[in-house]
Amino acid sequence: MTTRVGLVLVSHSKRLAEGVAELAAQMAPDVAVIAAGGDGDGGLGTDYAIVAGAAVEADSGAGVVVLYDLGSARMVADMVAEDAEEGQVVVVDAPLVEGAVAAAVSAQGGAGLAVVARAAGGAAPGAPNPPARPSLRLVTNASRLDVVLTNEVGLHARPSALLARTVAGLDADVVVRFGGEEADATSVLALMALGARGGAHIEVVASGKDADEALRRVEELAERGFDG
Amino acid sequence: MACSAHGVAVVMRAASQMLEEHRVELSTLDREIGDGDHGENMNRGFGALVAALERDAPDSPGGVLKLVATTLISKVGGAAGPLYGTAFLRAATAVKDASELDAGLVAKALRAALDGVIARGKAERGDKTMVDALLPAVQAAEEAAERGEDVPVLLRVAADAAAEGADSTVLVLARKGRASYLGERSIGHMDPGARSTALLLRTFADVASGAR
Repeated sequence: MTTRVGLVLVSHSKRLAEGVAELAAQMAPDVAVIAAGGDGDGGLGTDYAIVAGAAVEADSGAGVVVLYDLGSARMVADMVAEDAEEGQVVVVDAPLVEGAVAAAVSAQGGAGLAVVARAAGGAAPGAPNPPARPSLRLVTNASRLDVVLTNEVGLHARPSALLARTVAGLDADVVVRFGGEEADATSVLALMALGARGGAHIEVVASGKDADEALRRVEELAERGFDG
Repeated sequence: MACSAHGVAVVMRAASQMLEEHRVELSTLDREIGDGDHGENMNRGFGALVAALERDAPDSPGGVLKLVATTLISKVGGAAGPLYGTAFLRAATAVKDASELDAGLVAKALRAALDGVIARGKAERGDKTMVDALLPAVQAAEEAAERGEDVPVLLRVAADAAAEGADSTVLVLARKGRASYLGERSIGHMDPGARSTALLLRTFADVASGAR
């Protein structure tokens, strides 16, 4: 099994951290998503030992991304990152839920620490959009596929995560087009932002060595109604 | 007069006693603008510190300061844990393995503590935080060290400046931490972190001058 970047969720509330971890882990079954919530005595707060322990638990060697909720949670996370082996633990300023989902899916796809951190940070409101992509119209060997979303919710969170995961490990550049917009197929949040609901037609365009395999997998996923 | 490892440990035991006496006051201040547990947290942290010193008192001032830091980081909840923990950790680093702290080293340790708190909390003077007490204290301490004052005098002027700084937080709008969510309602209450910083420096000064 390949080592994947781990994820630590620091919250003042144990239950909040656990809930977000549950949500993110559903999108990324092979990623260590560790909840580090509460003060350790059953109350609200953050605890250095809990967060430091979670960082160790989450690290399989590929590094750890830490997300936090409020104020002192950030300070505790920063201290843990400073005390960890240099560059092994990265604290990201992002909305906890969106950031956790984006990071988990990115890590599931096997991305490195910097990419996972960027995926989480990209979930922040006002964060710069992903760098402009070269228009695929200029890519001569692009393959394309029309897909009808037969599932009720369309490209909502879980289907988007499944789609991102299914293409993440391939040597292919895959985008999804819907309603005049286009999203990087490896970005859960970009896919969700397309707002493609059940019954919608989306266009999937892929280029690169594994382009046809990517389209085949997306087609198969759609035929299953995005039933993981 | 210089301060040995034993001296620093005595100061910390006195601080623990002081925080027990001011536990309710600090939590009351915190209840007005925060989550109401600053007194409990500080008392718990310094209580654990006294127990740790009983078990194994380090033999250098820097070693004691480092023990203070690690104990507070793990035992003091809220923002105070990482902030005071960072302050004492930086102070420990600043004095290195000196066997005694003279006025110059105490001033240096205080400056390092302030820099650590600012880096950790990203607060400036006037944000209604412990920086409002610590920053003037450091400036006063550095001036005293330059004048060639000894440790007791240096700590006394630092404590005076910290008390004045803590008082100044009453009329200020909070811009950091939980209190910042209160906006205008944060005005009229002293910042509990500034108060605990001022109390700690007063205790250090009292012990150093033999008054406590």
